[in-house]
Amino acid sequence: MANKEKMTLIVYSGEMDKALAAFNLAIGGASSGMEVTMFFTFWGLDVIKRSEGGIKSKGIMRKMLNFVDRGGAKRLPLSRFHMLGMGKWMMKQLMDDINFPQVQDLIALAKELGVEFVACTTSMGMTGISKDAFIPEVDTFAGVATYLARARESKINLFV
Amino acid sequence: MKAEETLDCVGLYCPMPIVHTAKKMKELKTGQVLEILSDDEGIKEDMPNWCKTTGNGFLGIEEEHGVYRVFVKKSK
Repeated sequence: MANKEKMTLIVYSGEMDKALAAFNLAIGGASSGMEVTMFFTFWGLDVIKRSEGGIKSKGIMRKMLNFVDRGGAKRLPLSRFHMLGMGKWMMKQLMDDINFPQVQDLIALAKELGVEFVACTTSMGMTGISKDAFIPEVDTFAGVATYLARARESKINLFV
Repeated sequence: MKAEETLDCVGLYCPMPIVHTAKKMKELKTGQVLEILSDDEGIKEDMPNWCKTTGNGFLGIEEEHGVYRVFVKKSK
């Protein structure tokens, strides 16, 4: 198909349940023959930070921020009932019970289906992190003009 | 109804049956029929709509003991 329908998602949130919703939609779109772009910004960057190793940043405030908000697909809290991780643990059991994939599995599946990942460079600048803080699946590091270029051509545009 | 291939999605929830169906359809030739097994009730609405979006042929659904057998024809 030469002219595929397009879908864009802004992933603003860094919580597990919201990330699941965003990836569900993106994967559903890609499986329905759409060209999907996910634009990760603000707390959403946590979703695509790599889980291994430390994340470097400069300055005491940014170091503190990245310490309390390390990010990474496996570390995302629940938006409700997180309860210091107990709620998340329970949610994981429920998901396993219905064979539902974890965020890291959905990231791999989305990439396999050709979903484009864009990381917001303004959020990166604010939190003082560089490209090496992210998983290799991120295709593009860009800003609002890139998002708009994709969004103005897309039929479906969502903010999660 | 007869199908060339069967895809077992029992125990899987949205969007996984759609993901597996889309992948499997790539292996089929135009005109061939795929049978999808699912116990997620949402499949009754989702599969006709997926067919509408992707331009494939929705042939029908049969239900047996809580398992849905969905028939989809590859149209292009």
